[in-house]
Amino acid sequence: MPETTYIEAITQAMAEEMARDERVFLIGEDVGVYGGAFKTSYGLIDKFGPERVIDTPISEIAIIGAASGAAIMGMRPIAEMQFIDFITCGYDMLVNFAAVNRYLFGRACPMVVRGPAGGGTHGGPYHSLNPEAMFMNRPGLKIVAPATAYDAKGLLKAAVRDDDPVLYIEHKYLYRRIKEDLPAEDYIVPLGKAAVRRKGKDLTIITWGAMLYVALDAANELAADGVDAEVIDLRSIIPFDEEAILESVAKTNRVIILHEAPLTGGAGAEFAARIAEKAFDYLDAPIKRVAALDVPTPYSPPLEAFALPDKAKVLKAARELLAY
Amino acid sequence: MVETYGLTRDQLLDIEYYLRLTRSLEERVVALFRQAKVIGGLYRSLGQEGESVAAAYALDYKQGDVVQPLIRNVGAILVAGAKPVDILRQYMAKGNSPTRGRELNIHFGNPQTDGFIGQISMLGDMIPVMAGITLAGRMQKKNLVGLAFIGDGGSSTGAFWEGMNFASVQRLPLVVIIEDNGYAYSTPTWKQSAARTLADKAYAFGCTGETVDGNDVLAVYDATKRAVERARSGGGVTLLEVKTFRMKGHAEHDNQAYVPKELIEQWREKDPVVRFERMLIENGFATQEDITAIEQRVKREIDIATDEADASPMPTPSDAALGLFDGDGYWNA
Repeated sequence: MPETTYIEAITQAMAEEMARDERVFLIGEDVGVYGGAFKTSYGLIDKFGPERVIDTPISEIAIIGAASGAAIMGMRPIAEMQFIDFITCGYDMLVNFAAVNRYLFGRACPMVVRGPAGGGTHGGPYHSLNPEAMFMNRPGLKIVAPATAYDAKGLLKAAVRDDDPVLYIEHKYLYRRIKEDLPAEDYIVPLGKAAVRRKGKDLTIITWGAMLYVALDAANELAADGVDAEVIDLRSIIPFDEEAILESVAKTNRVIILHEAPLTGGAGAEFAARIAEKAFDYLDAPIKRVAALDVPTPYSPPLEAFALPDKAKVLKAARELLAY
Repeated sequence: MVETYGLTRDQLLDIEYYLRLTRSLEERVVALFRQAKVIGGLYRSLGQEGESVAAAYALDYKQGDVVQPLIRNVGAILVAGAKPVDILRQYMAKGNSPTRGRELNIHFGNPQTDGFIGQISMLGDMIPVMAGITLAGRMQKKNLVGLAFIGDGGSSTGAFWEGMNFASVQRLPLVVIIEDNGYAYSTPTWKQSAARTLADKAYAFGCTGETVDGNDVLAVYDATKRAVERARSGGGVTLLEVKTFRMKGHAEHDNQAYVPKELIEQWREKDPVVRFERMLIENGFATQEDITAIEQRVKREIDIATDEADASPMPTPSDAALGLFDGDGYWNA
């Protein structure tokens, strides 16, 4: 399908999965008649009716709770958070109920919770969250964060078909800024597999979501200096592709972990620890992390730009690594 | 002659069996607790067996109905078909308990196959979950009804409110029982809510509300049955408040010194099991011999279940690493 945007890829994935499997339904605020705050579910209610595209009260607990209850009855709900920031309102439901169904009770809970995440859109502190780290330490959830339209569609389809709950983090900065030709035929992107977006030998940048493009920009600039950077798009945070990380580090011996969430306690800390534990002997320099400042994401563009990672910060880290 | 709301003599004796099974099973768990064979906490339902059994008895498990207990509704899951040996294995943290030693007491059950689903510890969370279970039932055209228990304390939580509101908007086939048993741990109901009655919360949701004597087995059965019929016929959610009393502390360690002695004595006079048995005898449904026979049957069954649970193995330690996600085959084995 020619020139499909990231957000259209998400809509297509939902529509195709709902057409393929009558157990799949969408539940969330304004997802039906209005078609979603970002129009992600535009047209779905016309195709599938209000029983399968359910407008709810403003109730993240009820949305995630009801999706969980339906999932353990054999349905395959997709629960939308209008902004992923509001997932904290339903956090308890997700980590204490949805995530534990299999480990504690042997019950399958096949559901997806998805919603627009991320900053760079001047959304302010309550519309810019990158939530992955707050779920990584609560076992039982899979977490994915697509960076391309191809992956947005393929990962969402894989998430819907997965027999465990999946947190699907879509970056709203990418919604209408990127597009690509997508295959006409059905495909999935398997959970847990990273993609090498740029091959290189001098240093590795590990990232995911919208930061992929910051990493690629930085890599292009480094190339002008004769530095060949490898860029790994993790795609899945849980489970994550440890093999791809270690393989790349073994090759380049220098690594930057880049993420848009705040530095302290961020997902990068976990990946850094794994690299230190399992690839220490391959490292020629300390592991670098480039991440947001440890502050709530501020609203005003100059403040937001200062707080979030950008190409200059990646380049600074890269040059420090190369000079080490 | 007493009104039995369509219950036959056999059904009345069946209810009596479940009342005695509930009380005796918990007494057995107390004995096992004192022998240090119960690993975790022990939360008694003494005084609340009547409403737990009677409400659950109003469901139709062949139709796919699902009951969701709280910690003091062991009687409800026994009615739904939970086996005493499984409950004992849960308390004793055995490897062949329904949760294979991963969760405690009556926190277990699969709504698709068991007719019940145990709670999680975050009070109120099961209301939205039960909304989802009944929503799925409606989408799957199963015409099933859900029955959820919540306490006077649990009805203060945000999850309770969101679940009730969503279920009411959707007119889901859900019956929610608020047990007002006087105390949430040590906190009396008047410190929990300024509502005139907890059933008044129904006004906020636009669902049906009703208050009933929780120690009157037949009255609880009648009110629940009507609510279940309303739910099944598309009449939406009912919030049923049952007035009862927690005759023991929050858990076995709690001597409930904060509860006035006279209050406990007053409620002892209203014991739901004794009251039901008196009704059975006074109305000629049962003789004292019939009741004694039921007590003996219950004791035999619990003895067998105890031996079986006691002889069950503890889990294999390394199993703790398995079964988080689909794919390692742990739960299929």
